[in-house]
Amino acid sequence: MHPFAYVAPSTVAEAVAVLDKHGDRARPLAGGTDLLVKARANVWELDAVVDIKNIPELMKLSVSNDGLSIGAGVPCYQIYDNSQIAAEYPGIVDGASIIGGIQIQSRAGVGGNLCNAAPSGDGICPLIIHSAVAKIASTGGTREVAVEDFCTGPSRTVLKAGELLVSIEVPKPAANSGAAYTRFIPRNEMDIAVAGVGVFVQLDASGKNFVSARIALASVGPVPILAKEAGNSLAGKPVNDETIATAAALAKAAASPITDMRGTIEQRKTLVEVLTGRMIKQAVERARG
Amino acid sequence: MTTNSPSKVHVTTTINGQKHELLVPGYMSLLDTLRELIGLTGTKEGCLDGNCGACTVNVNGRIVDSCLVLGAEINGKEVNTIEGMATSEGLHPLQQAFLEEAALQCGICTPGFLVAAKGLLDNEPSPSEGRIRHWLAGNLCRCTGYDKIVRAVQKASS
Repeated sequence: MHPFAYVAPSTVAEAVAVLDKHGDRARPLAGGTDLLVKARANVWELDAVVDIKNIPELMKLSVSNDGLSIGAGVPCYQIYDNSQIAAEYPGIVDGASIIGGIQIQSRAGVGGNLCNAAPSGDGICPLIIHSAVAKIASTGGTREVAVEDFCTGPSRTVLKAGELLVSIEVPKPAANSGAAYTRFIPRNEMDIAVAGVGVFVQLDASGKNFVSARIALASVGPVPILAKEAGNSLAGKPVNDETIATAAALAKAAASPITDMRGTIEQRKTLVEVLTGRMIKQAVERARG
Repeated sequence: MTTNSPSKVHVTTTINGQKHELLVPGYMSLLDTLRELIGLTGTKEGCLDGNCGACTVNVNGRIVDSCLVLGAEINGKEVNTIEGMATSEGLHPLQQAFLEEAALQCGICTPGFLVAAKGLLDNEPSPSEGRIRHWLAGNLCRCTGYDKIVRAVQKASS
């Protein structure tokens, strides 16, 4: 591992100043569960790591009428241990609960999961279906990017050298809505998704018809995929096996997986169809309360 | 802001109830800090990438893989390792149960399993078998096949 300096600033301004100075030879440190593995494997050669966990803004987790705000350094366990988040954002809790084991969840968070930009990142699809927005800071100011546009390729994001993810802002879900995320893995825990599917649905007051839906797919493309047509196909339609099967088939069509050691193209596409159907049903169940 | 020379970070920490002041290289893992700087070699190195849990320690009440934490990060924190489990009174109930249930063979994974299991029982004294298996999913054992480990944790549960 290339020897790097450890810096622990207490403000965003100090953090982005250090990141700006070192360019791509510095990285923010949140849980470290990807960073230290990559540094050790010499994927990244770093001169400095910037520990963001002493910056209050990046460790803030708040849920209110305005929505959910997840600081970039908030670890998974704080998300799934929060009963209000579990009640209002169960899809986000589904994802946070299956990233690594308990040791990893003590440190890793959805902010780091997003910045790591693995196509299989279980924390990302739940944010996409909720139309979440990433708040980014740099020495030049701040900007916002929709989470669905954040990842640009495996391990690549819109973040430029010197930029820092500050928080993820999730709008408050509409009434009669529900969300769910799951993945297929050959084990029970501690594995990387062969395929993953997240679904958000909003139903009408009767609970019998879809108002809108968003469907996102993990591990079946170079980045997590927002399957727009699949979600849109449900808008205004009744909740029944036929409409759900149509959306699942469109999700399958939106998947563009590769064959690798975890699974084949055919298996992954089939998984997307099956899991999409299941997650729509689960999101509907949750929407109906 | 804590800006240090590229080499060393000044760290004040409590390990197994004892206060330590250390100068830690910025890139040194907590695992190496414990083993190399402090001489606490009970915590084992396994995979070095967060899969095996052999290096599990407890930081501020949460179990973590010490290979994926920097020594510099424990400044102001409380760390508990396998060396802190037994007291002058004797073994911790989990350690006794591991012996009685023969929940170890080669022993490399055992400190990690014990620290992880303690992290569970400290907060949930009577977990179900399913909960124990889920909690310990981040710890790998290549000898026992897990059943004996799970039985030992059940035995130490109240």
